Amino acid sequence: MKQILPLLLLLLSCGPAMAATPEEQGLEIAIEADRRDTGFGNYTSDVKMILRNKQGQESTREIRSKTLEVDGDGDKSMTIFDAPGDVKGTALLTFTHKEGPDDQWLYLPALKRVKRIASDNKSGPFMGSEFAYEDIASQEVEKYTYLFLRDDVYEGMDVFVYERYPVDEKSGYTRQVVWLDKEHYKQRKIEFYDRKDALLKTLLFTDYHQYLDQYWRAHDMYMENHQTGKSTRLLQTNFNFQAGLTDRDFDKNSLKRAR
Amino acid sequence: MRLLRKLAAVLLLPATALHAGEWRGYVAGEWLGFLEDPAYPDQHSSYLSLAAEPEYFHEWNEGSDLFTFKPYGLLDQHDSERTHADIRELSWDHAAYDWELRAGISKVFWGVTESVHLVDIINQTDLVVNIDGEDKLGQPMLKLALIRDWGVIDMFLLPGFRERTFPGKEGRPRFAIPIHENSVRYESGAEEWHTDAAIRWSDSIGEFDIGLAHFYGTSREPRFLAEPPAINPVTGSIDHLTPYYEIIHQTSIDLQAIYGSWLWKLEAFTRSGQGDRINTAAGGFEYTFVGVKASQLDIGVITEYLYDSRGEELDPGKAFASEPFSLSPFQNDLVLGTRFTLNDVNGSELLASVILDLDGGGQSYNIEASRRLGNDWKLSLEARGLSNAPQDSTLSSFEDDTRLRMELARYF
Repeated sequence: MKQILPLLLLLLSCGPAMAATPEEQGLEIAIEADRRDTGFGNYTSDVKMILRNKQGQESTREIRSKTLEVDGDGDKSMTIFDAPGDVKGTALLTFTHKEGPDDQWLYLPALKRVKRIASDNKSGPFMGSEFAYEDIASQEVEKYTYLFLRDDVYEGMDVFVYERYPVDEKSGYTRQVVWLDKEHYKQRKIEFYDRKDALLKTLLFTDYHQYLDQYWRAHDMYMENHQTGKSTRLLQTNFNFQAGLTDRDFDKNSLKRAR
Repeated sequence: MRLLRKLAAVLLLPATALHAGEWRGYVAGEWLGFLEDPAYPDQHSSYLSLAAEPEYFHEWNEGSDLFTFKPYGLLDQHDSERTHADIRELSWDHAAYDWELRAGISKVFWGVTESVHLVDIINQTDLVVNIDGEDKLGQPMLKLALIRDWGVIDMFLLPGFRERTFPGKEGRPRFAIPIHENSVRYESGAEEWHTDAAIRWSDSIGEFDIGLAHFYGTSREPRFLAEPPAINPVTGSIDHLTPYYEIIHQTSIDLQAIYGSWLWKLEAFTRSGQGDRINTAAGGFEYTFVGVKASQLDIGVITEYLYDSRGEELDPGKAFASEPFSLSPFQNDLVLGTRFTLNDVNGSELLASVILDLDGGGQSYNIEASRRLGNDWKLSLEARGLSNAPQDSTLSSFEDDTRLRMELARYF
C-alpha cells in the first residue's frame, strides 16, 4: 500500500494524459491553465502596439488597461486610448461573459457620449491591428471546445499541443492550435485558422514575467498575418497587480471620467 | 473634519492643478465651399476658418478628483458671429464609491439616435460651428450622481443660461431672415439667470440601456419672434428674428436594446411651455454586417423615423402678428443611412444618409468621411445638400446651400 499511494498520486497528477478522450484531455488542460490564473484580483498595465504593414511602415497605438476578475463570470476590462491623437481619451468598457455575447460600451470624449456597441464585432481588428477583439478579450474556458493533439517539445520546453474551437459562430476562426508549456501552463504559440480553415495568423508569446509569485504575463506578443504580410507587436509593461480596483472602476460613470 | 478636508481640497484646487497635469487637444483648419451662388446678399461662396480646442486636466487622489479646463476658439474669415470663443469645460469632479459630484462648467450628453439628438437638453447647441448640432456650449452646473444597484440618478442645478449661437448676416447657411443675437427675449423675469434643474435615472439592464429624465427651466431650443420694429409693413418684409426663450417642462426617454448585430433605438420627449404641448420621437435601428465578404470592412445600415408634433411649415401670419413660432425641420421624416468602417490602420470611415420628408417636403443628403494621416493628423470631408424643399418650409432657406466641408486637424 505504501508503494502504491505515491504511484497513484503520480498517475493522478498526470491528469490530462490519463483522461479518456482527446476532447476531455484538451478541456482538462484548459481548465488547469484557467485555475492557475485564477485569483489575481485586478491589475493595470500599459500597452503599446506596433503595427507594421507589408512594406514595413510602422504606426503605433498606446493604451492603458485595467482588468478586474469577476467570480463566476468573465473579466471586466477598461481600455483607455492614448495614441494615435484623434482617439486620445476614447475608452472602451468590456464585460466578458462565460456564456453569451460580451457587453461593450465605447466612450467618445468629443461628444461626451457613451455608445453601446454590437459585440458581434469580435472578429473585427482591434484599432486596425492584427489582433481581433476576440484575441485580446479575456480567455474563458467556456468560449471553446477542445481537442488534445500531442505532447511535444517547443523551443526546448515540454509542451501540450491542443486545438480549440470557438463556440460563438461569429468568431473569425474555425480553430486555433495552442502550444502550452507543461511547467507553468503558459501559452507559447497560437495558430489561428480562418473560416475557410486556412492558416491566417500566428501569435508568439515571449518575455514572460511572474507576478504575485503565481501569475504569468507575456510582455511581448507578436502576431503575424500570413495572408496579408502585416504584423503587430503588442508590448505590455508596468503591470500593477492588486491595484485596488473595484466594480466601480468598471461602470459607465467611470467610463465617462476616463482621461 | 472630512468636510473641512474636502473644502480645503477645493480651495487648493488651482494650486494642485498647476503641478502635474496634461494638455491635449487639437487645432483644425476648415474650408467650406458652396456650389450655388449665395441666396442672400453679404453671403460668400467660400469660407476659411481656424479652430482650436486644447484641454488641460489634472487627476489626484488616485483619480478620485479631476480638474478639467477646456477652452475653445474659432476664427472665421467672413462671419463675425461664427468667430467666437467659449469655455467648454472648467470643472472639478469628485468620485466616491456610490456618488459623484461635479461643479463648474461642463458638458453632458443624453441620447442614442444617430440623426437627431432630441433628449439632449443640458447644454446649448453651438450652432455656428456645424449645422449638425453636435457642438455644444459649456454649461455651468452642479451635478450630483447617486450610483445604486437599481441605476444611476443624476441631479442637476443649472445656474446661468447660454443663448444658442446663430450665423450672422455673412454666415452660410442661414435662415432667410437673419436671427439677431443682440435682441433676445426671455419669458422669465430672471432672463438668463433663471436657475434650471434636471433629474435623470439611467441603467443598463441586460440588453437594454435606458434613461428617463425631466427638465424644468429655460428651453435650449428657442421659438422666434418678429418684433414690431423689425417688421416693415410697407414692403411686407421682416428685417430680423428675435430668439424667444421660454420656461418649459420636458420629460424624456432614451432607450436602446442590443440583439447580436441589431441596435434598436428610441428617443422621445413631451414638452409644455411653448404654446401647444410638443411631442417628438425618433426611433429605429442600426444593423451591422461585420467583416463583409471575409474582409475587414463593416457595413452598417441605419434607419430612423422622426416625428415632431410641431409643423414644419412657416406661418407668415404669426410672424407679422409678432407671435412666437417654431422653426422645426422634421415633422414626419424617414432617415436612411449607411456606415462603412474600414477597420484599417488609418481608421477610415464613411457615413452617408438621406432624410426623406414623408409629407413631400423634400430630401436632405449628408455624406461624412474621415481618415487619419499618420499618427496625429485627421482629414474629414463632408457634403450636405437639399432638394425639393417646399417654399413654405423651414428648410427652404437652405435650398441653395449645397456645400462641401474639408477639415484638417492636428491632434496633440
